[in-house]
Amino acid sequence: MTATVTSAPVTNPTTTSRPAARSVQASVSIRDALTQITTLAWRALVKMRRNPEQLVDVTAMPILFTTMFGFMFGGAISGSLARYLPTLIPGIIAMTTITSCVAAGVQLREDMDKGVFDRFRSLPIARIAPLAGPMMADLARYAVAVSVTLIVGVLMGYRPGGGVLGVAAGMVLAVITGWSLAWIFLWIGTKAKSAGAVQGMSMTLMFPLVFLSNAFVPVSTLPGWLRAVTRVNPVSYVVSALRDLMNHGALTAQVGWALLGCAAVAAMFIPLAVRSYSRRV
Amino acid sequence: MPTEGETPLGRPESSSRQAQRACPPTAHPAVEARGLTKTFGTNLAVNDIDLTVMEGEIFGVLGPNGAGKTTMLNMLATLLPIDSGEARIFGHDVRSEGHAVRQLIGVTGQYASVDENLTARENLWMFGRLQGLSSKSAHSIGDDLLAQFDLTEGAHRPISQFSGGMRRRLDLAASLLTRPALIFLDEPTTGLDPWNRSQMWGTIRNLAAQGSTIMLTTQYLDEADALAGRIAVIDRGRKIAEGTPGELKAQIGTSSLRVQMAEGADTAKAVALAADLTSDTPIVSPAGSGFSVKLSDANQAADVLIALRNHRLGIANATVEQPSLDEVFMTLTGHTSETRLPGAKASES
Repeated sequence: MTATVTSAPVTNPTTTSRPAARSVQASVSIRDALTQITTLAWRALVKMRRNPEQLVDVTAMPILFTTMFGFMFGGAISGSLARYLPTLIPGIIAMTTITSCVAAGVQLREDMDKGVFDRFRSLPIARIAPLAGPMMADLARYAVAVSVTLIVGVLMGYRPGGGVLGVAAGMVLAVITGWSLAWIFLWIGTKAKSAGAVQGMSMTLMFPLVFLSNAFVPVSTLPGWLRAVTRVNPVSYVVSALRDLMNHGALTAQVGWALLGCAAVAAMFIPLAVRSYSRRV
Repeated sequence: MPTEGETPLGRPESSSRQAQRACPPTAHPAVEARGLTKTFGTNLAVNDIDLTVMEGEIFGVLGPNGAGKTTMLNMLATLLPIDSGEARIFGHDVRSEGHAVRQLIGVTGQYASVDENLTARENLWMFGRLQGLSSKSAHSIGDDLLAQFDLTEGAHRPISQFSGGMRRRLDLAASLLTRPALIFLDEPTTGLDPWNRSQMWGTIRNLAAQGSTIMLTTQYLDEADALAGRIAVIDRGRKIAEGTPGELKAQIGTSSLRVQMAEGADTAKAVALAADLTSDTPIVSPAGSGFSVKLSDANQAADVLIALRNHRLGIANATVEQPSLDEVFMTLTGHTSETRLPGAKASES
């Protein structure tokens, strides 16, 4: 009765093929977990492909914000559109990646209410897989968001001084940022009661995070207290790092701080999200 | 370990005794639950339930909506934490060895748990991959299951176009990819039309014939009767009886005769005749124009009707009915102090 299935004594010759007499593992191996994560990433990509409207926030939004902010604020802030673009484009890139990672939490919440997540719960899979799978697929979303912003910027006259390498490095940093910060929203997704609530809470968090930073205006024009806020806002470090990479091709300390910030967010929110998800289900 | 000779209602006297009754003596228990309890707020959803399901049997959990069947199943399937009591699946503790338990079970819930965004084939491939099948074998096993469940035609269609019956079948197929030793089926036929229902019954019998242990919940007595080797009756979180379908039915009478009199005034005379001919006290219908009486033998229906004819008591209609779940519960809960586990009869052991 207490014997494990693997070592259960088999006395009856006809029971050797007992389905229960199979080996069971005590936990998921890293290799299995990776297969599970990529399988669930595949699921998320298929879902994205079949519901293209889910890509509106990474296509229409960056186009809208880049043109709107560029033409409206360019003259007022930098004197001309062309002079504003090196400030604006990295800012918009940071903004669109952070906006699009809000969707990670909303979609997880929607998914968790669906029947298929009931089955995931009953399967012997790594607890992190249903979260990490979609997160992996979302890398594609961030890449789209960053690329669209960049293309619109170039069409409007943005000529990044950092060259191909600097721009590529900036794009990678933006994608890493999106992926790391998405764990915050994923965690909110596991906590909230409905997808609408996730959306609301995430927006409340997202807007101050993006706008109370150096993303769109020179910090020197701000009142002292606000300047202090922008200085502790991690988004500012990401935006500065993006500017250094894309405009100057320079690997500065800002890049290091930005990466460190991303790592800290991920290290904190991955366990929180996984634990909250496991408890919820 | 099973507790010997406990008196509360429906408590099995000993699991080894059940084993002798339903299964060969070498069979191992697939499910052993002792004192399983779950509380939601102030509601005792599952109250101190003991169960033993032996390997290879189809075990039915019968009860009305809200009896606690699904909650109990979810606890056994690691989907809900167990408040108190303990449960083992093939010897693995459900609480501390959840991962091991999940490798041995397949769960099909009341609601389709497949992905609406994927086709049937993609669903099966995904669940196969998640459970460690290679991409190739996930496809081939998936295709075999689609054929077996008559879904090949819809293999590449989105699930959203599937009928209820097709969804159920796909759902069950998705639980069978790794040939789990124990299959939990939560109300597998609720909401299905009669044709799909009988198909599902056939599928469940096939699975059992292939050696799977099956634990299913149902609201329908006829379903439990048709499929299960043993049945536990659950009401308001408690197990109120357990036994083979024959034992349970013997306890409540096999069927009843319901008669509607042509003249309401004849009812009293008719009831007296029926009482003489059967061993039961007939129940007069609320309107007073008819009665129903339990039959210990279906031939008694003819006896009663012939007697009514001989006494020139006209009837409007007469039906012989299988005991309904309502009657099972009336009988089992109405005489709680007398209700004994059918299997606990001295003659059985």
